[in-house]
Amino acid sequence: MKFLRNIFDNAHHKLESKEKIKKFWPLIDAFDTLMFTPKEVTKSGSHIRDAIDLKRTMMLVITAMVPCLLFGIYNAGYQSLRLTEAGWDAGVLDCFMAGLPKILLLIIVSYATGLGVEFIFAIRNQHSVAEGFLVSGMLIPLIMPIDVPLWMVVAATAFAVLIGKEVFGGTGMNILNVALTARAFLFFAYPTKMSGDKVWISDYELMKEKSLAVKENVANGTEIPEHLANVPELVDGMSGATAMGELASTFDATAAHSEAVTSMFASGGQFDFMNSFLGLIPGSVGETSALACLLGAGMLLATGIASWKVIGSFFVGGLFMTSVLFAIGGNPYFDLNPIHQLMLGGFMFGMVFMATDPVTACQTGTGKFIYGFLGGSLGILIRILNPAYPEGIMLAILIANVCAPLIDHMVIQSNIKRRLSRLKTA
Amino acid sequence: MEYFKLFIRAAFVDNMIFAFFFGMCSYLAVSKTVKTAVGLGMAVIFVLTVTVPVNWLLDTYVLQEGALSWLGPEYASYDLSFLSFIMFIAVIASIVQLVEMIVEKFSPALYGALGIFLPLIAVNCAILGGALFMQQKQFGDIAEATTYGLGSGFGWFIAVVLIAAIREKIRYSHIPAPLRGVGMAFLITGLMGLAFLGFLGFNI
Repeated sequence: MKFLRNIFDNAHHKLESKEKIKKFWPLIDAFDTLMFTPKEVTKSGSHIRDAIDLKRTMMLVITAMVPCLLFGIYNAGYQSLRLTEAGWDAGVLDCFMAGLPKILLLIIVSYATGLGVEFIFAIRNQHSVAEGFLVSGMLIPLIMPIDVPLWMVVAATAFAVLIGKEVFGGTGMNILNVALTARAFLFFAYPTKMSGDKVWISDYELMKEKSLAVKENVANGTEIPEHLANVPELVDGMSGATAMGELASTFDATAAHSEAVTSMFASGGQFDFMNSFLGLIPGSVGETSALACLLGAGMLLATGIASWKVIGSFFVGGLFMTSVLFAIGGNPYFDLNPIHQLMLGGFMFGMVFMATDPVTACQTGTGKFIYGFLGGSLGILIRILNPAYPEGIMLAILIANVCAPLIDHMVIQSNIKRRLSRLKTA
Repeated sequence: MEYFKLFIRAAFVDNMIFAFFFGMCSYLAVSKTVKTAVGLGMAVIFVLTVTVPVNWLLDTYVLQEGALSWLGPEYASYDLSFLSFIMFIAVIASIVQLVEMIVEKFSPALYGALGIFLPLIAVNCAILGGALFMQQKQFGDIAEATTYGLGSGFGWFIAVVLIAAIREKIRYSHIPAPLRGVGMAFLITGLMGLAFLGFLGFNI
């Protein structure tokens, strides 16, 4: 500890002694306050003594994301190996190692871009770097498809940090969740890259190309292209689409196709209840496992960082909407068991890590219930009724973010009205 | 049920602000506080709900090709649809005058708050847009036209009240000086539009 402290003290000292590089102090300051709680004491106004400050809070949220991240790494490898003949007897460690490089790269790129923008703003405006991006930088890789091109991650992260946060005045001022803004930006800017069956599984496109080339080779004796030499072959009939993508494909489809999709969700199928709960299905990196999300939720609730009001009402909202649609029935989407439906896609992840974002959620107690319910029910509605956007939770939480200030406003106004009327009767 | 679907479509899927960016001028100018936004939003709902069916009647019985045949068979060949712009505007302007008089009489405070923007509803593109969309969509009866007017008015109302609440919330944020005010409102509208894209293509 002493050793670290010395390094930072030295760095501070060096910076201050040189006029030219003095303005770069936010760089050192950011890492210093990340490692050590600052010593400064407030001099005026309200004084709160608390061991936990914003940076410590953010670190806790990241810790809560660790189960999702670890499982995401494992699942990335598992999904990729599952599709090749050689990968069927792969062990846990094999899967983990197969998934690790790509996801590490995603995380590094996301942090580098986001923190880069933050540092530029901090140095330009001469304030210390705000903590907000610590969590967003981890959330962004977790909600990206594994095979998303890295330049797209850079573009989306830069957009989200700049337009979504910095122009509003930085951390704590944004109206939309930064990570979701990045995801929505990608979704609408490059729709073909963000849906379908190509991006959700590591190297799916290459493997498909290889198996086609091999078939060609057997039939006509054409050469297999060089860049495919070390790529494993795709086993026939394996799909790379997400559960939501499969379900959405039943719109206007033949009865046989609908039946095939339905059987994937029945016991023993690719998306059966256990697989969906554990998360052994294709999807964005960290969102697939309901179990890991629940672990994170438990931690966030135990430390009091996430609001149980938001999580609870979000879940109830989703459950309510799926139950209503289940009662109506009529297509594979509606006929899916409500609980099973909630395990799929980004619902759990959004509920635990996105909707609970204290900046963009409602601030009032009653407002939190309304906000959560709105997000949950709307998410299911968009997902099920809008075949174009099977991953509707993201958009629903954004809409709930947009509505949050108004909900707060109405809650406060009605409070004022109630207390005024009490005043009059007294 | 059909009417309900039409209402939802008009209010959320084809939202006047986020899908077509109609009526931006008053949307940006009056969205500083929730209270005035609610006032103007209500006025827009009312004006749209009244003008769209009136314009539908005008369109169906006067302007469309062959619409005048109820006067007699010799009028069946007339096509007055080239007049629709000017006729719609005239109808809207007169109804807005009516609303203005009513608001002034019953709520002087709101009248003061809305100021110049109430008469400006007459040239609010959301209102004329509602009438023109009505003409384009060829509604079968007057109830459909009324539902459409009510729905698109409601969509505009929601949009303006939402942004007003957001602008009230960010009043004390450290927004970069060049962006304060309208610049920020534009950015927020864009971000809200991003979120509202979720309704686009709703299968109802």
